[in-house]
Amino acid sequence: MVNKLVIENLKHRPVRTLLSILAIGLEVTMMLTLVGLSEGMLEDTARRARGVGADILVRAPGTSLISLSSASMPQKIMEFFASQPHVKMVAGTVVHPIGGVNTITGIDLAEFERISGGFKYVAGGPFRNPDDVIVDTYYASQNNLKVGSTIRLLNRDWHVCGIVEPGKLARLVIPRATLQDLAGATGKLSQVFLKLDDPANTNRVLAALKEKLPDYPMYSMEELTTLYSVSNVPGLSAFIGVIVALSIVVGFLVVFLSMYTAILERTREVGILKALGASPAYILNIILRETVLLALAGSALGIILTYGSRWAVVTLAPASLSQKIVYGWWPIASAIALAGALFGALYPAWRAARQDAIEALTYE
Amino acid sequence: MSSADLVIRARDLRKIYHVGEVDIHALRGVDLEVLRGEFVAVIGPSGSGKSTLFHILGGLTAPTSGSVWVHGRELGAMSESQRTELRKREVGFVFQKYNLLPTLSAADNIAIARHIAGNRQPLDERFQKVLEMLGIRDRLRHKPRALSGGEQQRVAIARAIVNNPSILLADEPTGNLDTENSTIVLGLLRDLNRRLGQTIMMITHNPEAAAYADRIVQMRDGRVVG
Repeated sequence: MVNKLVIENLKHRPVRTLLSILAIGLEVTMMLTLVGLSEGMLEDTARRARGVGADILVRAPGTSLISLSSASMPQKIMEFFASQPHVKMVAGTVVHPIGGVNTITGIDLAEFERISGGFKYVAGGPFRNPDDVIVDTYYASQNNLKVGSTIRLLNRDWHVCGIVEPGKLARLVIPRATLQDLAGATGKLSQVFLKLDDPANTNRVLAALKEKLPDYPMYSMEELTTLYSVSNVPGLSAFIGVIVALSIVVGFLVVFLSMYTAILERTREVGILKALGASPAYILNIILRETVLLALAGSALGIILTYGSRWAVVTLAPASLSQKIVYGWWPIASAIALAGALFGALYPAWRAARQDAIEALTYE
Repeated sequence: MSSADLVIRARDLRKIYHVGEVDIHALRGVDLEVLRGEFVAVIGPSGSGKSTLFHILGGLTAPTSGSVWVHGRELGAMSESQRTELRKREVGFVFQKYNLLPTLSAADNIAIARHIAGNRQPLDERFQKVLEMLGIRDRLRHKPRALSGGEQQRVAIARAIVNNPSILLADEPTGNLDTENSTIVLGLLRDLNRRLGQTIMMITHNPEAAAYADRIVQMRDGRVVG
């Protein structure tokens, strides 16, 4: 009977009910999209690094795996790596930020093709001139580029010489020497990829290299998946925490306003229930059930909307952003939305439960 | 007359409302007895204290002083939760403005009163007859907005007696009705009293409505005057 009353109450004011559900839904979408973007972009970066086909990644001293810092490792170090036991091939790259979360990567194409097996060209081909750029299909689609198009990056024009399938190293690649000159890092590298004679030797080689070069961060490609995580990005967990807290506040305010006006509007009905002998707990129960229903419907809507936000990301910015559907966060985001909603309903519910029956019955 | 025959007994009942710095004496020492199976009309002008008496007898508010027993239970000593229990089982209300829940059908308005009282049994044969008598069996699926004033008031009467209360308290039950519907509702109250033995106390300012009762209690200025 109580459930029937709750559902009828929600149906009685469909616009308010739908707006509350939509607001809670957006709150859930906001959380799921943020976490999905964080995890999706990190996974995408790890996937492209693994796509190189190397076994070990070496970064410049003082840099983290996630940092977008420019080249600071001497290029000559490649000779040292090449001379190490079990190391079969070495490729050095320069990574330079070009705004937002995007980077441009400088490679020696011959070196890179040896280690990775080369790009798969969808159109065009390798570099012919120092101002040539190779882009992947995502970047080409996002920026409407074709072979022969000109793009402006780092304050100069570049000529698109090739469009390649995604999944290897970077979305935007130029000749290494050109990028080193432009970045003022002649003879410097950001990272070095090592391919071994046998992947089974990875841990042994890694241990030996760490002993010889203790200041250089080094990772096996196996490690990348776990290292490219939200908790390893400085400040990202805190940022997500802030967004979650804001979501709780939004959910609280939406439900507070919605239930507060609902209770004011239903003052007389609360009086009727009290005259029939409904206890404060009975009235509290009705309002909290309404809130739970709103929060559950809002959570379901929020989860569905996450697919919409992913579609928007994939369609509008496939090269800049990558969003993962984070199933593990569905119950977490729903629980957060529910907690915010229940918190928001507490005062209106308490007010209704404590309402004086006679005053409520005479309320116009 | 044994105490078991007394459904309501009030002694020197007083109620003072504090409005700002002014004390309003709504009841100034009311003595009243209502016997089981009686149909009593309390009549008086506005401000005579009859609504305050209605609220106290229904357990909606406590008296300032004096004693009142409903079905042998002293209201003055009751806590808020005990008065809530009293409203569940001992008292049924009928209001001037019907006070049906607008989101529920007529049937559900009756059902929720049973649910609040913890009654999960199907409606008994006696109550089916009551619904027949009230002439609302065919209107139970409708929501209040689809019912006429007279029909809404008959649903409200059904809701008030569904838990077999000791007394049905009706506050100006025909105040919002036209003459035809008023006659029907008053006739039904009398039928409920005569055929089912339902004890009824009706508040009204209308002498014609009061004439349907077995006994008329007159109030003026917070006192019973006749």
